[in-house]
Amino acid sequence: MAGIAASDSVPAARMSEEAPVGRGFRQWLDRKAWRDTIIATPFLWLLLFFLLPFLIIFAISLGEATMAQPPVQFAAEWPYGSLDNYRLIASDSLYIGGYFNSLIYATISTVFCLLIGYPMALAIARSRGSTRNLLLLLVILPFWTSFLLRVYAWMGLLSNNSWFNQGLTWIYNHSLNFGPPLNAIPMMNTDFAVILGITYSYLPFMVLPLYATLERLDLTLNEAAMDLGSRPLEVFKDITLPLSIPGIIAGSMLVFIPATGELVIPSLMGRADSPMIGRVINDEFSLNRDWPVASAIAVALLLMLVVPIMIYNHYQSRADVT
Amino acid sequence: MSDSTPQPYVSIERVTKRFGDFTAVDDITLTIDRGELFALLGGSGCGKTTLLRMLAGFEQPTSGRIMIDGEDMSGVPPYERPVNMMFQSYALFPHMTVEQNIGYGLKHEPMTAAERRARVAEMLDLVQLVGYGGRKPHQLSGGQRQRVALARALAKQPKILLLDEPLGALDKKLREATQFELMNIQHKLGITFIVVTHDQEEAMILASRIAVMDRGKIRQTGTPTNVYEFPCSRFVADFIGSINQFEGSVEDIEHDLAVVDAPECGGRIVVQTVDGVARGAQVAVAVRPEKIQIERTRPATSVNAFRGKVLDLGYFGKDSLYRVQLDSGAILRVNRVNDRRAGESERVAWEDEVWLSFEPQAAILLTE
Repeated sequence: MAGIAASDSVPAARMSEEAPVGRGFRQWLDRKAWRDTIIATPFLWLLLFFLLPFLIIFAISLGEATMAQPPVQFAAEWPYGSLDNYRLIASDSLYIGGYFNSLIYATISTVFCLLIGYPMALAIARSRGSTRNLLLLLVILPFWTSFLLRVYAWMGLLSNNSWFNQGLTWIYNHSLNFGPPLNAIPMMNTDFAVILGITYSYLPFMVLPLYATLERLDLTLNEAAMDLGSRPLEVFKDITLPLSIPGIIAGSMLVFIPATGELVIPSLMGRADSPMIGRVINDEFSLNRDWPVASAIAVALLLMLVVPIMIYNHYQSRADVT
Repeated sequence: MSDSTPQPYVSIERVTKRFGDFTAVDDITLTIDRGELFALLGGSGCGKTTLLRMLAGFEQPTSGRIMIDGEDMSGVPPYERPVNMMFQSYALFPHMTVEQNIGYGLKHEPMTAAERRARVAEMLDLVQLVGYGGRKPHQLSGGQRQRVALARALAKQPKILLLDEPLGALDKKLREATQFELMNIQHKLGITFIVVTHDQEEAMILASRIAVMDRGKIRQTGTPTNVYEFPCSRFVADFIGSINQFEGSVEDIEHDLAVVDAPECGGRIVVQTVDGVARGAQVAVAVRPEKIQIERTRPATSVNAFRGKVLDLGYFGKDSLYRVQLDSGAILRVNRVNDRRAGESERVAWEDEVWLSFEPQAAILLTE
């Protein structure tokens, strides 16, 4: 017993002799800091790159546009800023229209993504082994090409002179020709083009969370429902659909939120007379050089999107309980 | 449908199921009567679950057919069969309450809402879960979930209830109580139960009849007593309970006794013979551990008496399991009730020289 105790104490003594300074830090790091550092990292990131910029934007939104660098000025005395910009965007039809367009486009695109994405996700979740991997790869594959290039590709397809448009026009003229024959089907710069573009671009963001939810579902439940007398369609309605609601919400949020602020697709493919809010912000910021109004629009948009996120979180925490 | 010709309630006729090259169920023919509590017993991969899934309609037989109450079930989907299943994992719907789970199958029945509620209440009462109707499955204990699953499967009053390892997920104490509860419910409702299990004790206690399965085939069908006391093959004898087996050849047959020369055992064994055994046949003699007498003195009879030495001793309290090495080298398992307290002189202990003996009627002659 004595021997064991002696050999035990030797390395401990040596360690304290060799590294008296490092030991304290190491111990601190081992005991507490690792965990805290890991937990703190995302918070620090959000603080630096989200909260701080957001506060700056919010501050700018309270100021006034001016011809200077930067083009913002604040009142000389308390309260330094005003809510005039918010009053302006609440009263001007250009901005209200922009929000409205964004919400409409984003809602319709989200619904289409859901209608197309759900069967896709279900099919992937129910396929086996290598087929499943291949299908998942195909869903992710478009990300390997630049987003902008893919939008340009759609522009090429939809434009009046493209083979695609001319082919559809030919079919139209030869099959359903009520009225005079068309030279081309007007597809570019329409609502249709914007919704198509958004639906196409954001589809993977709908499919992946849906797949993750559907893949986890216990198929024995489907068998149990079938055993109790439900036909396949009823089994889907009673079991699969309600159990995949968390995935539906997650996918819809992932599509709806970025779609609302979408700039590139409506700018390149949309109508000039019904801009989405992203384009309005862009125009105010770079063309009008009215930073305060642009900031106010951005802050208001953020608040509009935070509400659905909070609803989602509410559902998510409830789903975690069950 | 006529009363004069009682036809079997469930009849499985030459059913085979293949998955690719693998034959899960191999040409099985089996009949089950109305009101029976029938157990399909076998190790994993023996085809018992596949057979159950074919009865439920989740799998279709590759060949052969299944008749339930006179109706051919070929091509009938699960949702149209008069059969309900209690799943091994229970498969309760997590997003529904206990009441909704139990009432789920009833929405397809021609019933009024009040009748449905009454049936759900009746089922809750049957499985002693009154007051739990509003809970979600995750708020229940394992035993309660099992009873919800049972109530849900019984709610539609199926002709047959299929139970896949019904007690598998319960702990030992709960199993015992549930076993008797299941039997009571079966008795009360008179529904035909078909139980799949790998646990022979479970099968013996629950079932009125057992089919022992191995590699897609049924090896023996019979009452628990029948299967235990009169196994028809080396496999069944070995699978059900523990047993000592010796290979040998029949030397002589006299009246209903056969003399078997079993060199492993170091001598001749006299055993009750069975039909179709001839002199010179290669057979096995099997003796259950509890049928062997173990004594420290030479028994009065010279038939089936062998000398040995206690090698190991497992003490279970009420009884002990001895591993005894015979002079021939063979090791026998012997079970003995501890009817004497430890320390008393007659009690056999470690390393003791002992005599083992058994009646000719206690041993089983196996030809297969």
